[in-house]
Amino acid sequence: MTRTKLLAVTAAALLALSACGGDDADDSTDASDDTSATAQAFTPPDLKALTELGEPEGELNIVAWAGYAEDGTTDPSVDWVTPFEEETGCEVNVKTAPTSDDMVSLMKTGQYDVVSASGDASLRLIASGDVEPVNLDLVPNYVDVFDALKMQPWNSVAGVAYGIPHGRGANLLMYRTDEVSPAPDSWGAVFDDASTYSGNVTAYDSPIYIADAALYLMATQPDLGIKNPYALDDKQFTAAVDLLKAQNEHIGEYWSDYTKEIQAFKNGDSVIGTTWQIIVNLAQLDKAKVDAVLPSEGATGWSDTWMVSAKSEHKTCAYLWMDHIISPTANAQVAEWFGEAPANEKACAETADKSHCDTFHAADEAYFDQVWYWTTPITQCLDGRTDVQCKDYGDWTTAWQEIKG
Amino acid sequence: MSGQDPRQPSPRRRLSGVLHRHPLLRLALLLVAPMVVLVVVYLGALAMLLVSAFWTTDDFTGEVVREPTLDNIRAIVTSGTYRTVTLRTIGVAAAVTVICAVLAFPIALFMAKVVSLRTRRVLVVLLLTPLWASYLVKAFAWRAMLAGDGVVNWALDPVGLSGPGFGLTATVIVLTYLWLPFMVLPIYAGLERLPDSMLEASSDLGAKAGRTVRSVVLPLAFPAVVAGAIFTFSLSLGDYIAVQIVGGKSQLIGNLIQGNAGAANNLPLAAALAGVPVVIMVVFLLAVRRTGALDNL
Repeated sequence: MTRTKLLAVTAAALLALSACGGDDADDSTDASDDTSATAQAFTPPDLKALTELGEPEGELNIVAWAGYAEDGTTDPSVDWVTPFEEETGCEVNVKTAPTSDDMVSLMKTGQYDVVSASGDASLRLIASGDVEPVNLDLVPNYVDVFDALKMQPWNSVAGVAYGIPHGRGANLLMYRTDEVSPAPDSWGAVFDDASTYSGNVTAYDSPIYIADAALYLMATQPDLGIKNPYALDDKQFTAAVDLLKAQNEHIGEYWSDYTKEIQAFKNGDSVIGTTWQIIVNLAQLDKAKVDAVLPSEGATGWSDTWMVSAKSEHKTCAYLWMDHIISPTANAQVAEWFGEAPANEKACAETADKSHCDTFHAADEAYFDQVWYWTTPITQCLDGRTDVQCKDYGDWTTAWQEIKG
Repeated sequence: MSGQDPRQPSPRRRLSGVLHRHPLLRLALLLVAPMVVLVVVYLGALAMLLVSAFWTTDDFTGEVVREPTLDNIRAIVTSGTYRTVTLRTIGVAAAVTVICAVLAFPIALFMAKVVSLRTRRVLVVLLLTPLWASYLVKAFAWRAMLAGDGVVNWALDPVGLSGPGFGLTATVIVLTYLWLPFMVLPIYAGLERLPDSMLEASSDLGAKAGRTVRSVVLPLAFPAVVAGAIFTFSLSLGDYIAVQIVGGKSQLIGNLIQGNAGAANNLPLAAALAGVPVVIMVVFLLAVRRTGALDNL
């Protein structure tokens, strides 16, 4: 199944979900819903996009992944926030969030203007009315974004854009080069063979990590019939959870704070486990003997979207920021720093390492078919099955606490 | 001269007259501010916690659904995970409390009864110095010390041992370190009030030092130990940061609450979970009350 088809199914499932959700819990969310809208279905709260930019408000509060909004404090040469501040007069405050769940909670406070949401956060934010549609005409750099990233089910609903694509990439397997030999090329190193490094294995501390186990089972236990790691029925889900419970015996610690992971790898408390490219870069900068691979089974990953808070009081600054972060120069900087594929086609010409876009497969759709972008699991199976119910994110959350014990 | 009728008292005097004649009004005015704070801020927050424990959230949008349900309570009571984590948390809090008491008693006795007044002051200051540094700094310092290539392993290596690494043991060590002053100070204050004449009387009756401590000092200091234990026990029960930093993969109740409130955005379940330490503390205080220790505080 191609990715586009799959995502169409996702959208359809969401429509169905909100259609049945509307009946029993109508007092819960959108008071603005009119009764005739129930058949029309995925009705995100009726919010309007900005029609024109005003004067910059002088302030911008950002929720972002670590490394997405660098102002030179991490590394003096890594700075695309200061030029933005100088150009627009919008003073930027950055709040980094360790997981998508944290991003959703932070955006619910209404204290932030923009967020770099991954696919497992973006639709939840749209459905709850925490973010509003964006007016693409106000983001001039949008025309240069790769077509494959435009108007996708995780950044738009029913033809209405809710965000600006930022970039995408895959979660990697990091290991200590002096402790782990030969170099791993399979996720099996942290699952079936985890006992080799018992006590020094690490994993990402979020329910979404269950998908990593499902992805491994997809390759190693075809009998389970997993087609999409975010669409797990009872049996498949139990298998993934059991795999993670077995892995738990060998876990030294789980990580979500990236500085903690860098430290753990540097000290040798963790020697193998899942990571992001930026953590590898920072750890190597810190003289830790680490390297990372994309294992043969493929990987989970992300495709991120900048979104504007519906409650934002700094919307002009927010639009200026979204245009800035996907401008060829800034998008190239952030893509190289974070270690991901940029969203702007022209950014490929601006990277310091001219092969960056090739290394990270920026235009290689066949490659990204192997990468399973983070998505929120819902009861309607995302792989198109209609004869079973899949486990939703609530079940994933409960199971994750059980796995950690 | 002021133009005011001297027989007509000024408003201030009239007010003070009214207050003088109505003692209840006086009391009400005095207590209304603190009572508002207590009822609205303190009890109000607790009541909100209690009420929201019976709500649920929509799994997809994360919005709170305000319909009363017992699902959260049922989940907590029936789930093996929550039971294990609760027992683990009580175990850690109890271990921290006992270790703190064992370490603190000799220190407090030494400070209160052995050294000169001058040295005593220096010791109190020394004891309080760890409180000057931030909690996080101390916890991360322990993380660095307990790490694979940290000081603890380096020191133990020559004798063929290795440190505990990150885990529950490390958590107990760090919490003990963090809360020790909260145990020493109450015991010290309690022992300081103990008249020296009692120790002399005990010795006059032929008791040796050990017997005096056992039969005279300990019973009299017990309420102070209990006061300290309430601090260390409740502080450990609610802690979730130290265990995140040095606890390796282990989680305590605080982590589950934080996970549900922050990460999973399920405030109702978090509220229900937050009730667990409250219940434990109530049971703990009732048990303490039965010993009679609270009467002497």
